[in-house]
Amino acid sequence: MNLKLKALTKSIWVFHVSAGSCNNCDIEILDCLTPRFDVERFGIQLIGSVRHADAILITGAMNRKAVPRMKKIYEQAPKPCLVIAVGQCALSQHMFKDSYSMREPLDKILPVDLYIPGCPPKPEAIISGIVKLVEKLRTKDKK
Amino acid sequence: MKLFLNYLIFPGLLFSAVMGLLAGWIDRKVTARIQWRKGPPWYQNFIDIIKLLGKETIVPEGSKITFIFAPALGLLGAGLAATILGKVLINPLESFIGDLIVVLYLLVIPAIALIIGASASRNPLASVGASREMKLVLSYELPFILAIIAIVIKSAGAIKIGNIINYQINFGSHIGSVSGAIAFIVSLLCMQAKLGMVPFDVAEAEQEIMGGTLIEYSGLPLAIFKLTKSVLLYTMPLLIISLFLAKDTALISVILKYLMLLVIIILVKNTNPRLRVDQAIKFFWGPVTILAGISVLLALLGL
Repeated sequence: MNLKLKALTKSIWVFHVSAGSCNNCDIEILDCLTPRFDVERFGIQLIGSVRHADAILITGAMNRKAVPRMKKIYEQAPKPCLVIAVGQCALSQHMFKDSYSMREPLDKILPVDLYIPGCPPKPEAIISGIVKLVEKLRTKDKK
Repeated sequence: MKLFLNYLIFPGLLFSAVMGLLAGWIDRKVTARIQWRKGPPWYQNFIDIIKLLGKETIVPEGSKITFIFAPALGLLGAGLAATILGKVLINPLESFIGDLIVVLYLLVIPAIALIIGASASRNPLASVGASREMKLVLSYELPFILAIIAIVIKSAGAIKIGNIINYQINFGSHIGSVSGAIAFIVSLLCMQAKLGMVPFDVAEAEQEIMGGTLIEYSGLPLAIFKLTKSVLLYTMPLLIISLFLAKDTALISVILKYLMLLVIIILVKNTNPRLRVDQAIKFFWGPVTILAGISVLLALLGL
């Protein structure tokens, strides 16, 4: 395994974007940083600027206003950059499926690397999702 | 050749960067323990740096060459200061006249590099950060230099760090006297601001202006800025030790004093909210400068 990938999987800096969510998923994400779950053990940090990000974490149902901004944010991130969709809204638009203001789901707009379902997902689910993502990256590198 | 090796490897860049990254880990670990978390493993900061080296470097459209050049400037300045201090602490006789002044100037260079880089990045939030950093530098330099003048007066007008250390080896640490103790407190506060730690981290306020001065940096330049921060985290406590606590310069006692200073600034960092920039300036130019002035007066009186 190469050093670059190993370093990337051991220190994921996360930029959190809320694309019109109801704030439940955002609170569950903050829960991951609290003493009970403490994702800083694995080197995961929330950071303020997209330029520092290794992963963009998206919650919410992607309304029309959010879509161009999401694309812009993704372009601004330094590559390699992962995209993680958290919550049912970001996965499949959930109950906003036929809404006039939500046109397409997230994975038609950006290349999503990891889906974490739930409304909202538990912190345990988010952490296990991250673990699966890391495993996926490592196996992809071996092949 | 020996000088070159000194600068690049032993007391200089490489050594100080490694020590600074370890100190940064202590910072993160103690912070985590205070918040009842577990905290990252000891190699976390090294991994962060390696990861940043592997990332893409984005140069914002229309920014000048200074955007890339500024982080290197900061690291070189901080590394040189670390070299001079390290060599002096190993052998106090091996210092040149006025190296205290040189070190003082070199320790301002990282802040100036941050200001230059942020201004070159053409980001409005970065320019807010740069202006805050500039105000912060102006505010903490005055009491810091006054505190150091008190020390120079106390050690019979020596402006060689080696002479100051020798004076303390012969006559006891400066922190033992009244003026020395006051100057020590003043310089601890200034060190907190120089390292950009929490009561005085307005320039980089992550929740408020999204990283401020560092907002446009990614990849290699960001890694260099992080390294500069950690070199400073290694150098500043060493400067304080050699000016105030240098009665015993054996390796183990220097390490213990270093850890003590580190834990003090981490505790201050974790128990205080962020000051606004106007509050920080009022704090430094008001009470802290008055304290520093008192310590100069007391030093002149020989206390």
